[in-house]
Amino acid sequence: MAADVSAAPRPMTMRSLLVRGMLVGMAGAALALVVAWIYGEPQVGNAIAFEEAHSEHAGHEPEVVSRAVQKSAGLITAVGFYGVAIGGLFAIAFAFAYGRLGSLHGRATAALVGLLGFVAVEGVPFLKYPATPPAVGNPSTIGSRTALYFGMIAIGLATVVAAVIVCRRLAPRLGTWNAVTLSAIGFVLVNAVLFQITPKPDAIPEHFPAETLWDFRIASLGMQAVLWATLGLLFGWLTERSLRK
Amino acid sequence: MAQSAVPGQQAGHRPAPLSIPVRDIVPWAVLAAVLGLVLIYFVGAEQGATSLLSGTWVHEFTHDGRHLLGFPCH
Repeated sequence: MAADVSAAPRPMTMRSLLVRGMLVGMAGAALALVVAWIYGEPQVGNAIAFEEAHSEHAGHEPEVVSRAVQKSAGLITAVGFYGVAIGGLFAIAFAFAYGRLGSLHGRATAALVGLLGFVAVEGVPFLKYPATPPAVGNPSTIGSRTALYFGMIAIGLATVVAAVIVCRRLAPRLGTWNAVTLSAIGFVLVNAVLFQITPKPDAIPEHFPAETLWDFRIASLGMQAVLWATLGLLFGWLTERSLRK
Repeated sequence: MAQSAVPGQQAGHRPAPLSIPVRDIVPWAVLAAVLGLVLIYFVGAEQGATSLLSGTWVHEFTHDGRHLLGFPCH
């Protein structure tokens, strides 16, 4: 507050950043789970109903894990581990970014890392290879689709990092606004070209309800948006608070 | 530069953010990247495109999360 104007900020430690990242990742995962249950699971159910109605060998295979467990413990475990992993990696990215993005402070740095992380890890892969509900996608192409999906995350990360590096180089000469604009245009153009030359092996079965597909994909995007927004905003708020103490 | 002491600031001005030296971040970055990628692999791809463990339990258990987080599932 105003009283401790002369106090130097407490140094940030990797330990505190990592702990904070993983905890905030868990909080983000909890919020993403709420989105999953309200918006996502009904569409997973619709897709499974379609799959069972249109598959000749439906119902023959014994269930290894029941639907009830998949929706509850399975989903919580998957999203929880994902949140902690992404939260830890977010903390590392924040540590690299903090103090190296012009005069941006903790809160703004975290928000920017959250936004760029969302664009790199979810935005770029989603635009080319959007999430697919059960029954969409040919099981025989799972190998290539998985490789392409992870490859697209790598492209998202590489092009975002490249855009940030270019932006930092251009900023002293062109000013912040022009540097950000130019690197954003470059980022979009490079990805537009890559989208054009990468293959598209998705197989949507005939008569699969378009509304289910759309709603499922929006739910998936919403979960990721909530997770990354929590990281960007809550992590920044907590970091700022710890620096001002 | 990163070690420079922060002088007392006037009202309305905050000290420039102090970055953490890259050499202090790298070991953590390697550890977190390796562990994070293993976790993401098990949530997103194990017993789908590739299988380290036999059976389908991991695939079936993480099924809904895999679909909803955007990974190709099957």
